[in-house]
Amino acid sequence: MSEVIHADHHDDHAHGPAKGLKRWLFTTNHKDIGTLYLWFSFAMFLVGGVLALVIRAELFQPGLQFVQPEFFNQMTTNHGLIMVFGAIMPAFVGLANWLIPMQVGAPDMALPRMNNLSFWILPFAFGMMISTLFMEGGGPNFGWTFYAPLSTTYAPPSVTYFIFAVHLMGASSIMGSINIIATILNMRAPGMTLMKMPMFVWTWLITAYLLIAVMPVLAGAVTMMLFDIHFDTSFFNAAGGGDPVMFQHIFWFFGHPEVYIMILPAFGIVSHIIPAFARKRLFGYTSMVYAVASIAFLSFIVWAHHMFTVGMPLAGQLFFMYSTMLIAVPTGVKVFNWIATMWRGSMTFETPMLFAIAFVVLFTMGGFSGLMLAITPVDYQYHDTYFVVAHFHYVLVPGALFSIIAAVYFWFPKWTGKMYDETLGKIHFWLSFVGVNVTFFPQHFSGLAGMPRRIPDYPLQFADFNMISSVGAFIFGLSQVFFLYVIIKAIRSGQPAADRSWEGAKGLEWTLPSPAPYHSFTHPPAVKDEEVLG
Amino acid sequence: MIKKGVGVLDNTEQQILAPRTKVERHSSMKNQLCRMKHRLWRMTVALASLLLTGVAAADELNLRVGVTDISRQVYDLHMIIFLICVAIGVLVFGVLFWSVFNHRKSRGAEAATFHDSTKLELAWTIVPTLILIVMAVPATQVLVAMYDTGGEDMSIEVRGYQWKWQYKYLDEDYNNTLSFFSVMSTPREEIYNQSVKGENYLLDVDEHLRIPTNRKVRFLITAEDVIHAWWVPDFGIKRDAVPGMLNELWTIVEEPGIYRGQCTELCGKDHGFMPIVVEVLPEAEFDAWYASQVSSELVRQESIGEAMTHEELMAQGDTVYGTYCASCHMANGEGVAPVFPAIAGSAVAMGPRDDHLKLVIDGVPGTAMQAFGRQLDPAQLAAVVHYQRHAFGNNAGDMSQPQDVINLSNGQ
Ligand code: HEC
Ligand SMILES: [Cu+2]
Repeated sequence: MSEVIHADHHDDHAHGPAKGLKRWLFTTNHKDIGTLYLWFSFAMFLVGGVLALVIRAELFQPGLQFVQPEFFNQMTTNHGLIMVFGAIMPAFVGLANWLIPMQVGAPDMALPRMNNLSFWILPFAFGMMISTLFMEGGGPNFGWTFYAPLSTTYAPPSVTYFIFAVHLMGASSIMGSINIIATILNMRAPGMTLMKMPMFVWTWLITAYLLIAVMPVLAGAVTMMLFDIHFDTSFFNAAGGGDPVMFQHIFWFFGHPEVYIMILPAFGIVSHIIPAFARKRLFGYTSMVYAVASIAFLSFIVWAHHMFTVGMPLAGQLFFMYSTMLIAVPTGVKVFNWIATMWRGSMTFETPMLFAIAFVVLFTMGGFSGLMLAITPVDYQYHDTYFVVAHFHYVLVPGALFSIIAAVYFWFPKWTGKMYDETLGKIHFWLSFVGVNVTFFPQHFSGLAGMPRRIPDYPLQFADFNMISSVGAFIFGLSQVFFLYVIIKAIRSGQPAADRSWEGAKGLEWTLPSPAPYHSFTHPPAVKDEEVLG
Repeated sequence: MIKKGVGVLDNTEQQILAPRTKVERHSSMKNQLCRMKHRLWRMTVALASLLLTGVAAADELNLRVGVTDISRQVYDLHMIIFLICVAIGVLVFGVLFWSVFNHRKSRGAEAATFHDSTKLELAWTIVPTLILIVMAVPATQVLVAMYDTGGEDMSIEVRGYQWKWQYKYLDEDYNNTLSFFSVMSTPREEIYNQSVKGENYLLDVDEHLRIPTNRKVRFLITAEDVIHAWWVPDFGIKRDAVPGMLNELWTIVEEPGIYRGQCTELCGKDHGFMPIVVEVLPEAEFDAWYASQVSSELVRQESIGEAMTHEELMAQGDTVYGTYCASCHMANGEGVAPVFPAIAGSAVAMGPRDDHLKLVIDGVPGTAMQAFGRQLDPAQLAAVVHYQRHAFGNNAGDMSQPQDVINLSNGQ
């Protein structure tokens, strides 16, 4: 380990960043790479957002107004792929890069060169994927779940680029995860035992294992697709003896852990922010850790709840129903623990706290609809309708995304040494909060009323809900442009921030100066219980 | 942008309120603004009622109760789970907001120091588990009831195609004779906002699937190309149509009526345009209809080889093309490059007739071009090929007859 770090110092000269573009291309510094990841994910978030607005514009009214069905399908597909793989996941990796070394008292990530590589793969992967939209026949149009044979025999010619892009994203994620695990397991400051690790570190440790377990499964699925398309195999082609349902089993064996990959680090973030602004130690640290671990375990045995309608035997349906319902238990424990942390605290409501509280409430609502979806006989009615769309957007937007935004506001002073404008932050929060609910709440109703997902046009009874939803989407989209303004303004002219930027903030990162020096904790810090446990 | 919005807004409202004439549609700007206000008002009211009122009460905001025993059980189960969630939500969010209002620094709250309580943590692990068990019991019961297959009075094979459904009455007495396609009949002009949208916009088909009341009907569901899903919300049943797999579903409907649904698995370009319409007839009426269909089908099959004139071929070809081919090759014959080739000026449509016939009969394996020999009868096949060879500016100048199709098929 020390060799790697030594080498790193050798060609990166120990005292500060290189100048110009080279700094970013060749950097092995965890803070630089964290910044790259965060800006990249924000760019992807805007691209994915534009696609979402194309969708919402088309759905503003019944009838086809702006785009053709084949283009609409490309919009839904790429919106999903870009948001999942381009916005949410890289944002969490960016936060991991920035925070994990500082939170465990390490000088950098364990494998800095691989860190650089795992970031720089991403722009190529997404460049390739997005370029397919401009190819003859268009880009991926088979949904972000790319069920075969729509994504194989019936796919546009550009699907091969898509497959290659997914391979690259997978390689990047696996490298990132190995790095995170190596850092956490080997580079903690003396005295930081596993059960003293900050929650964000814990959740990422578990997330990284999930990633390593499932990204190869995804790689396997797309490789089989590649073979079906180009080498005449029939993995998923019924006419050749293959099985399209097998694709779904493989996909969701990846896909279900994947959705926890997008939410576990969010749990970690919220577990830092709520104690900080309640000025009170996190309630039930141990049960929080066990809850995350059991959610991760359960995530491997519930995958077929995405496939209740494919025609499984009764015993299979019952198994996946029960195991899915069980997830509500550890998730409930986490929610109760957060509320118990707030209980009899001394709360203030700065922007990160507002986003964190909204996370708890709205994520829980997504949890409720998730529980309803777990009930197989009623899932038949909800499945592939807007009810599902509402559900997963509630856990991903005011869930995962709000936690990321909260994290940015919370650690921004540590990263830049500057404070954002609190009033603007609050305006951003309220706009986002209203926007998200106006967009997604009505979708529960259009789903219950029977509107299928992924359709470019709909029967007239769904008109009102869709109109409201579209209005909300534009509010939400614009409020994220406002977010960009708030951040840029703060970087340019924010007030200087204190080292411990929030009164109640606890953790090793707050013992560093603001902004955190380019190389921090070159000597391991002393780990005091009242600092790391709050 | 805004102006466009107003224009289109106006359009939709008409469809909902009442059909109007074209002249009226181009009403004055002032009128439009007025209507937009009205519409915005309605939206606000809808929004408010969405967010504020008890959701369960309002019909169009909730799951449909449906018309079968199963759908009613499903609805009740949905309400039980939903109300339990609401109760938990009220409790949990109540505590949260109580804390948010009372334990704030600005009110002088001082932070307590507790951070653990094994008893509490055990309680909120065990109690939710118990609640889940309470939910699982009725859920299991309903699911078991749904899996009560067998003992059916009749069976229908449902086959999904890009982008239509095929229904076949499985009836050995008549050699499964009765089989037809059901294709969306909403005109393209309505979709492209060139005419007023009808009441059943996107939910109408040329041929309803007809079933009798009070009999247990079994559906065997499969697909020809990609995965589709067959769903009739009012029956409370939905199942994926997977190529190479037969999925089983059943229903007993008590109320005669017309019930509508849509394909619910993304299946390509026109996924949004393959509705399902089931017409439930009283038993006696169904039996009479079925008998007459079977006998006229038998008669039709006998006369199938008869020669047709150019005009007859073109007329029937036009219909067949519009129903079966236009979704990919487009109504104007231009296709969608590069996936769906144009028929206008196509080398196949201008080349040897038998090659063209063969391509349409056998399809092109590994592409979206299906083997229409298994979907259309010889007269329809001859007509559509003849049509393609003489429409969109093509002029092959030959004749394709049903007998040619029969000869070609037998020759294989
Ligand atoms: C689901 C989409 C779809 C439908 C519906 C469809 N086709 Fe095709 N068709 C295709 C595709 C894809 C090809 C190109 C196959 C290939 O790659 O050679 C094709 C090719 C053809 C060609 C050859 C054109 C050329 O120049 O190569 C003809 C002729 C044709 N179709 C006739 C028909 C007729 C007649 C119908 C209706 C009865 C029909 N098609 C319906 C997808 C479709
Ligand atoms: Cu379909």
